[in-house]
Amino acid sequence: MQYREAVNDALATAMRADEDVFLMGEDIAEMGGSMGVTQGLFEEFGAERVRNTPISEMAIVGAGIGAAMQGMRPVVEIMYEDFLTLSLEQIVNQAAKHRYMSGGQLKVPLTIRTQGGAGWSPGAQHAQQLEAWLIHVPGLKVVFASSPADARGLLWSSIYDDNPVIFFEHRLLYPIKEDVPEKLEPIPLGKARVVREGTDVTVIATGPLVHRALAAAEEAEADGISVEIVDPRTLQPLDEETLVESVKKTSRAVVAHEAVTRMGFGAEVAAVLQEKAFDWLDAPIERVGAKFAPLAFAPAMEQFIIPQPADVLAAVKKTLARS
Amino acid sequence: MAKVEKKRSLSEERLRDFLREMLLIRRFEEKVEERYRAGDLPGFLHVAIGQEAAEVGVCAAMDDGDVFGSTHRAHGHTLARGTHPNALMAELYGKLEGCSHGYGGSMHLYDVERGNLGANAVVGGGIPSLVGAGLAFKLRDEPRVAVAFFGDGATNTGTFHESLNLAQLWKTKTLFVCENNEWAESTPGWQHSPVWDDMSKRALAYDMHAIKVDGQDVERVYAAASEALDHVRSGGGPVFLDLETYRMHGHYIGDAQVYRSKEDRDEAAERDPIVRLREKLELSSEDWEALEEEVHEIVEAAVEFAKNGTDPQPEDALKNVYA
Repeated sequence: MQYREAVNDALATAMRADEDVFLMGEDIAEMGGSMGVTQGLFEEFGAERVRNTPISEMAIVGAGIGAAMQGMRPVVEIMYEDFLTLSLEQIVNQAAKHRYMSGGQLKVPLTIRTQGGAGWSPGAQHAQQLEAWLIHVPGLKVVFASSPADARGLLWSSIYDDNPVIFFEHRLLYPIKEDVPEKLEPIPLGKARVVREGTDVTVIATGPLVHRALAAAEEAEADGISVEIVDPRTLQPLDEETLVESVKKTSRAVVAHEAVTRMGFGAEVAAVLQEKAFDWLDAPIERVGAKFAPLAFAPAMEQFIIPQPADVLAAVKKTLARS
Repeated sequence: MAKVEKKRSLSEERLRDFLREMLLIRRFEEKVEERYRAGDLPGFLHVAIGQEAAEVGVCAAMDDGDVFGSTHRAHGHTLARGTHPNALMAELYGKLEGCSHGYGGSMHLYDVERGNLGANAVVGGGIPSLVGAGLAFKLRDEPRVAVAFFGDGATNTGTFHESLNLAQLWKTKTLFVCENNEWAESTPGWQHSPVWDDMSKRALAYDMHAIKVDGQDVERVYAAASEALDHVRSGGGPVFLDLETYRMHGHYIGDAQVYRSKEDRDEAAERDPIVRLREKLELSSEDWEALEEEVHEIVEAAVEFAKNGTDPQPEDALKNVYA
């Protein structure tokens, strides 16, 4: 099953099971979404439950919040995560805070799906990775799936979580394929996955960097370096235990994401590791991410900015003092 | 836009109830000013003195099961929808017995059992969620209405415009109540909106049914709100209710109002909705004093209740972040 199909399948399965699940977003109905993720859902569920919206990111998210507070389980699609910035007020001040400010009276079981990701030269406003902005806000949960099976099981759990969940997808991952269980198996939020076992160094990677780390690990293997890869999958809440356990085993860590390195998710992971596994570390933690620039249009510049398998490999070798 | 000429006949008894409610809000607000100045209350506070007819008229017309969202100036709506003055005062004192259990404060009053989905401290920020609640009522075919209270200042926000557009497009069960008190903090209406003297024009662009009414006349407000709620409840689509009211005091307690002329303040006093209703009812001085006494006791009891309330433990701050 493709990653794209996996997201679609989770939505369809939830909608078949539960009248309270419905979708809102720009161009998600007849067109099936600008990435084709919601194809076929309008035909199956109709216009009441697959709702094309005006270009109104604040109102779409806000309407999702209101419906969620009435006990429904809306899933909102924000076409590009760059456009998520337009709805940040609703996400940060409203969705994340209602439960808290009400002293526990309210729940906001809202899921916001969005996608981003560079590597196809859209320029600076269609491919950013902004997950770190959301992880910083108490009250939100943040998911970033790197595989079809994870996307399917985690989206289900996001829809059925009683908190607002921001569900990040990656454009370049939509076509990837893998075998998935016939019946959808929910994957609990807050559980990391050991993607590849190894003994010399742990690479903690998200989204497309899981795949770039796998490519780097193959090359490292040829050099006699055994790389373990752990995908947190849920960035908030973070499965610190699995991450720390892996690093205690390998004594070396690299954190890797496509988002800008500075102030990124990796910085937080590095802080957690030094706090909880300092005595086990044999080398400074390395960080891999985008260089500190907006995404450039020209392919050569864009590729230079975003992290490549070679960057992961270089970081792995650095932790082993090899070049 | 429809002018409301027809009057629903209200018994003198009902009008006396309105007067009692309005006076309770007035004396409650005055007590809040007093206790704030005495240093009892943390945070900062906005009272709605002068706007009682708008609050009571709309809230009295609402049904059990209807929900609403308010603004930073929310004490009046909260009392008028039935939250006990003790619970409101306790919230202002930051006590566990408060209607938001000390997590919200004056600008974040909640009482979900009575349909209060939250007062909002971001101008315009609360409006979209009432579109979502109204959408949920429509999808579930429930005879309920979601009421969005906001001021004239909020009509310049993006959330306001996106919300009106979406609500009208989808015919959600939402009533938009604009309390035009002629001031956006220190900025007079004529400085912030080209239609400040007729906010109902805002609805024209969205082809939304609008009703304009004198917000200082509780009887007219009640009649207009009843008509509007019937329209929304029966599936006729959202309504924009334009209430011309007046903020008799400053934006917040302690506001020196250097921006406001003496003539303006004198004019405000002449438009006092409580004086108008008292004169209309031709209340004897004995009746008036009895009413004052009754309200006074309720307000004093609320202060006593709040002062004797339970302080939260500091570590309670970590509860209610997630459901």
